This record gives sequence, structure tokens and C-alpha cells, in this order.
Amino acid sequence: MIASMLIAIGSLTAIGIALGTILGAAARYFAVKESPLEEELKAMMPGSQCGQCGFVGCAQYAAALAKGEAPITLCAPGGKVLIESLSQKLGVAADLSGLEEKGPEHAFIIEDLCIGCTRCIRECSTDAIMGANKLMHTIIVEACHGCSKCVPVCPTDAIMMVPVKVTLRNWHWPKPEVENTHTEPGVVHAH
Amino acid sequence: MKLFPIRGGIHPDYRKELTSEKAIVALPLPAALYIPLQQHIGAPAEVLVAEGEMVKKGQMIARNQGAVSASQHAPTSGRIRTVTEVTAPHPSGLPQTTVILEPDGKDEWGELPEPIADPFAADAHAINGRVARSGIVGMGGAAFPSAIKLNLGEQKKLDTLLLNGAECEPYLTCDDRVMREYPDEIIDGARIMAHALGTPRIVICIEQNKPQAIEIMTRAASTFAAIEVIPVPVQYPMGSERHLVQAITGIETPARKLTADLGVVVHNVSTARAVHHAVRFGRPLVARVVTVSGGALREPKNILTPIGARVADLVEFCGGFSARPESVVNGGPMMGQPLPSLDVPVVKGTSGILALTAEEINDRPASACIRCGSCVTICPCGLSPVEMSAFIRKDNLEGAAKLGVMDCFSCGSCSYVCPSHVPLVHYFNYAKGALNDLERERSKNERIKTLAEVRIIRIEKATEAKRAALAARKPASDTASPGNSPSSNSDEAKAATDEKANA
Repeated sequence: MIASMLIAIGSLTAIGIALGTILGAAARYFAVKESPLEEELKAMMPGSQCGQCGFVGCAQYAAALAKGEAPITLCAPGGKVLIESLSQKLGVAADLSGLEEKGPEHAFIIEDLCIGCTRCIRECSTDAIMGANKLMHTIIVEACHGCSKCVPVCPTDAIMMVPVKVTLRNWHWPKPEVENTHTEPGVVHAH
Repeated sequence: MKLFPIRGGIHPDYRKELTSEKAIVALPLPAALYIPLQQHIGAPAEVLVAEGEMVKKGQMIARNQGAVSASQHAPTSGRIRTVTEVTAPHPSGLPQTTVILEPDGKDEWGELPEPIADPFAADAHAINGRVARSGIVGMGGAAFPSAIKLNLGEQKKLDTLLLNGAECEPYLTCDDRVMREYPDEIIDGARIMAHALGTPRIVICIEQNKPQAIEIMTRAASTFAAIEVIPVPVQYPMGSERHLVQAITGIETPARKLTADLGVVVHNVSTARAVHHAVRFGRPLVARVVTVSGGALREPKNILTPIGARVADLVEFCGGFSARPESVVNGGPMMGQPLPSLDVPVVKGTSGILALTAEEINDRPASACIRCGSCVTICPCGLSPVEMSAFIRKDNLEGAAKLGVMDCFSCGSCSYVCPSHVPLVHYFNYAKGALNDLERERSKNERIKTLAEVRIIRIEKATEAKRAALAARKPASDTASPGNSPSSNSDEAKAATDEKANA
């Protein structure tokens, strides 16, 4: 009787220990190095590696975000949309107060000033600048995401950032302004 | 024929009597016509004329480009003054590229394509080609290029061509008048369209508040067994294509699907007439009937207007204003949009110009929602305006999207019934625009990501190649000339853009 009880307890204990060891070893040797959160954040980034956030690239900024070491408002090309989705993802309140309210922008080359030095072309991480040595350069607006990395390298200050133009295609009605949709308590309407 | 009920809807004061008995009159040619390159959904047309050029009536002045587009033609003979930016007939008041034509007064037709002698023996492609070449777009207001809709027979199994003569918007009577005055042209156009689509059946739906039109159209259709004229109940928004299809088939078009998926293609009656002109006479779409009405107008009229006449010309032809208009609306009072000024042209999709007084608009400040549920009861799409607007007010666009705000077609019934005057449809118009913006942003970010990745791969390959070349030529000097890399860069930038375009 006691022997059979001991066998049952002993065998279960042995199984427990064996499985625990295997699991422990697996956790150590087959561990996923990157946190899944970091991967997800990386996927949300613009991915242009412009480095304006102060990190080397998008992956590094995502890693810092995942650890909670960086504010969510650093990505210039991502803009307000990215900040909002990050704040939803990370559950961090988006502090948009420090951010000046500016819409999306793209670079623009003042063609009279361009000397064709190709410096900006080398700087552009999305191949949004067309041009060649000693030939005028120009921006492919559809490919420019407004990181403004090309602006400081221009020796003749020929590049400036301009807001993306509102056209009939992308215009939409603004949000209606309704002053008082909730009747204030204490206001009694006389009839 | 058995009709099926549609959900919700309202019964506004129709006020069609202002113009319903006024026969169509032609507008005297104005001093200049302003023809925008984009009067339709899709890509703007590519301009073919230059300043100073003389054109004949019906000559193509801008060619359609891209998959969805429509060409533009000279509405009369004359001289091209210039091609420039002019305020569009759009609530934003933004400019758009417009051809300005000075009529020479002769109104001389140019060379037109040959009429298709027997359209019912002709190939569907020939008819579609003619419709596309004639710049015909949906004339009910949406202005979708008609040739594309006539091509649907190739992709889907269709059984019915539904001609929309419901004209459910208050005030508007242009379709009513066209049906009464040109029934045979509409019927002929409809038969040609049905032939191109391959649909055996044609159904013409007209709201019961147009008894003369119903009678005249029924008489005109009586010789054709395949054509049926169906009076539909007076219920706004009966003229929405999804709701008309539901009324005759009993099936609701699923969200993000087309009525063509149910085997029905809907075209406006005036579009059928334009097809008749294009196929039988080779004449492109250069004029349309516009209802000019409203309490602020001295003499409301149905006007045959050349495309590009200014709204101010129409107002002047109607004797000007008798009272100060609170708003001048492009389209009907329910779904129409305010015009930024009277100096904008009439385009192919302009069905009405309404000068409305303050009483007619009845704009009152919004007060608190009392959660009466009227908007939910009347929403013809089965949405919940009260909940969606609450989400939008709190900037939760995702929440509104989950409730189906993108399926709202802005009929305005909810705003009409709201006892608290909450600008419900304004909220939805804003939300739809903002959600489209986000979508555009998202797809741009995807594109940018691909571009950046392609560039990184290319640079890696280039360094790899350089290293290999260096290793092969042992102590050689750096051979890569500085001029090479940028030019190859721009080449590959092009390649990357192509890639993006393909993606």
C-alpha cells in the first residue's frame, strides 16, 4: 500500500523534475532574443533610417521605445499618425503639446540655386532626389517623406521644406465645431 | 412588378413645383466658357490645346489618361483664351486647371466620328470606345466615367440595366424634364447600353411624384418588351443606386461591393441620352440640363447649359436674385455642397444650382443629443449615426470606422431628422475624409519603407562589387569615379519608383 503510494509520488516527482529541467533549458537556449513588442514597433516605424530621432536607425529607436527609454514623439517622418498609433500601442499618453502643429512636408529644390553637387542625393534614404553631377536636381514628391536630412547638406541652401499641398484630391471637410452639445447643469430653459 | 421596401428614409418637402412645369430652355452662349480638366472621378484629362488655338464644337480639348478618366470637348466653336488655374465648383474653393474658351458665336460643329449605323449589331467594345471617346460620365451627380461602368459586362454576369430616373432630391427637376421631353432618346440610349452590357432586361425607375414622366416613358417603352417602367415610392434617398437595386431585387448590396455583383448596373437617364447622342450622331457630351432653383432666385428654370458656363451666367439668365441667398448649393439640398462663389463653372456632374434663403436652410445651432434614436430609425444604410458621431466628436475615428462610417454615403437624412440639429452628416463627411487621409498616409509609409529597403540592398551590392573589383586588381587605385555613383543612383531611383508603381 505505502509502497504503491511512494511509487506514484516518486514517479510524478521524477516526471516533474525532468520536464522542468527540459523547459528551463529550452527557455535558456531557444530564447527569442528580440522582444515581440520591439518587432512590432519596428514594423510601425517609417523604416527610412533617417536618424532624426537621434538613434542610428528605426530598429534602434524601436528598441529604446520597447524598453521605455525614449519618448514617443521623436520620429519626424512618422508624424502625428505614428505618435498616435504608438501611444495606443504602448499605452503612453501622447504629449502633443511640445509638438508644433505642422502638417506633412516634403523637400523642395530651388532649381536656380542648385549646382548639381549630388550631396543631397547621397543623403536621401528613399531615393527621392533625381539628378546627376553638375546637373540640376529635383525632388520626386511621391517618394519624399519629409525627413529634411537633405536640407543641411546643401552648400547653396537650395533645399527647403514645404507643406504638402492641399488639392481637390486630398481636401476634406474639417471637423464641425459644435460649441455646446451638452446642456450645462443648472441651466433651466424657461417656457 | 413586386417592389421591396427599403430601410429608413425621410419625406422632405419636395418643392419641385418651382421648376417641374418649366420646359428646358437653352442658355445663350456666355462670353467665355471655363472647362475644367477634371469633372469626373479619377485622373484629370491631359490638355491638348494651347493658347490662341481655334477649336470647333465637339473637338476634343483634353484627352483621358489613366484607367479611370474622361476626356473633355469644346462645348462650342471659338478661340482658346488660355489654360490656367480657376476656382473649382467645389466647397474647398481650391483652384484646378481649366481651359478657358471664348465662343466665336458660330457654334460650328467640327469633324465628328462617324455614327455607329446599327449599334445593335456592333461589338460592345465599339460602343464602349465611343462612349469613352465622347467623355460621358454619370450625370446623376457622381460623375463616374460611364465607359468603365459599361465594361462591367465583361467581368460580371449581369441581368438588368437599371435606369435611374428617381430624382429623389428636393427641388431638382432636370431628369424629370429630360424624361418628359426626350423619352425616345433615353429609351434608345438605354437599349444601346443594355446591348453593350449584355443585359436582357431594362428597368426604368421613376418616383411616383412624377406622373407625367411615368406616363410618357411608359408610352415610349411600350414597343419594347424588354423595357419596364416602374414607379417607385416617394422616399428620400430612393435615388441612391444601392437603394433602387434593393427596391427592385429585394437584395441589399453588401458593403464594399458593387451593385454589379448582384447583376444590376445603374445609369442615370440623362447619361442614357448622352450615349444616344454619342452613338447615333458621334456627338460628345458638351451640354447638360441643369435645374436652377431656390427661394432666392427670381425666375427658377431648367436650363440646357454648355459645359463650362459660369454659375453667375445661369443666375443672371434666371433674372438674378430676388432675395439674398444664404447659400448657393451645387446639387440637391440634401447631398449638394455649397459653392465657394458664383464664378465657378457648371460641369458634367452639375444637376442643380440652388440659391437658398435662410428660411429654406433653417440652420439652427446644435444642442445636446437627447438620444431619441430618430437618426438610427431613419438611416437608410442601417448605421447608428448617434454612436458614430459620439466617437468622432471624441476623435476616435477608428471606433467610428468599426461602426461603419465608411459605408455612410452622406444622404443627410440623419441631420434632417435630428431634433437637436446635431450636424451628424458633417461629422461623417469629416471622418470619411480623415480616415482616407490616414489610409493614404499608411500606404505612403509602406512605399517609403520599400524604397529605403531597396536602397540599402543596392548600396550593399555596390560595396560588395567594389570590394570584389579591388580584390581582383590587388593594389589598384580606387576606380569608382565620383560621377558614376549619382547617375546610377538616379537610374535606380527611377527603377525603385517603377517598382513602387508596380507594387
